[in-house]
Amino acid sequence: MKTMIALSVLYAIFILISLIFEIDSGIQIGTNFLSYSKELILILPCAFILIGLFEVWVKRETIEKHLGKDSGIKGYLWVILLASTTIGGIIVSFPVAYSLQKKGAKLSVLFTYISASAVGRIPMTVFEASFIGLKFSLIRLFTSLPLIIITSILLEKILIKSDFKIREKATSQKNLIPK
Amino acid sequence: MAFIYIFTGTLLLFSFFKDREKTISALKVAWKKLLKILPSFIVMIIAVSVLLYFIPEHAIVEHLNGTSKWISFLSAILLGSVAVMPGFVAFPLGGILLTKGVTHMVISAFTTTLMMVGIVTFPIEKIYLGTKVTILRNIISIAIAVITALITALFYGELI
Repeated sequence: MKTMIALSVLYAIFILISLIFEIDSGIQIGTNFLSYSKELILILPCAFILIGLFEVWVKRETIEKHLGKDSGIKGYLWVILLASTTIGGIIVSFPVAYSLQKKGAKLSVLFTYISASAVGRIPMTVFEASFIGLKFSLIRLFTSLPLIIITSILLEKILIKSDFKIREKATSQKNLIPK
Repeated sequence: MAFIYIFTGTLLLFSFFKDREKTISALKVAWKKLLKILPSFIVMIIAVSVLLYFIPEHAIVEHLNGTSKWISFLSAILLGSVAVMPGFVAFPLGGILLTKGVTHMVISAFTTTLMMVGIVTFPIEKIYLGTKVTILRNIISIAIAVITALITALFYGELI
């Protein structure tokens, strides 16, 4: 953590010096920072407010029934639908997956959600189709999504033995042993 | 972007009229979670901004437009895994690649790994999934990207 802070400060100083002395590389990197921040940081407050609302309003039974152990194939379809509207993509999907887990969603559904929010967001797919082609997007979706479901089920089978849980902060595995 | 704010605002207002206390606790949850993850996000964006500088667009075009189909394919997977790009950069870039004669297979490998595999996002993913599962998920994602790209090639008649 300390090295991270030190590096960030160093970075900020470098950008600042670049701005003053008009060093091209620094200005370019600074511009990159701003343009990427715009897409991500602006989304974050909304994403987390929606997560907060989800946690207080959505009943555990609802999630358990539709995304839990006995949800069957429908659970995957629901969660892909949810992923297709997730803002911010895979990065935002992790905290959402954590909240879904808290409400009783099963692991394979959660992994499907995480990967589907990377490849299957609607605005992104529309954007992609307009630049590369609809056929291309459809092949990509209809190949990757079934593979995602299959591998998520396998992943659950492997991880369920070790009682794997999505966490919210970096804790060592030792602390996860139930008291 | 504006739509997301309007949507969130409307829900928040609705929630507030229905149950003031619940809404306040939702905001508290949001704030706590946001604070917890924000430093990692900033570090990630710093890493991305530096990386984007060292892997400029023309370098990507060059590497994906090589003489050998399979070397381009391999480069696409490697570059896609390492790079992180906002969607509004990635897809127009895909369009550019297409006009330069890069195959659909290579573009598919590049965009799919770009979206699913993250070396730069590793520190954030690790917080939620732990190191072992993060590595596992990324390896699986590379495999999915390879299969998806090969099937794309099949549909566009690029394999032979």
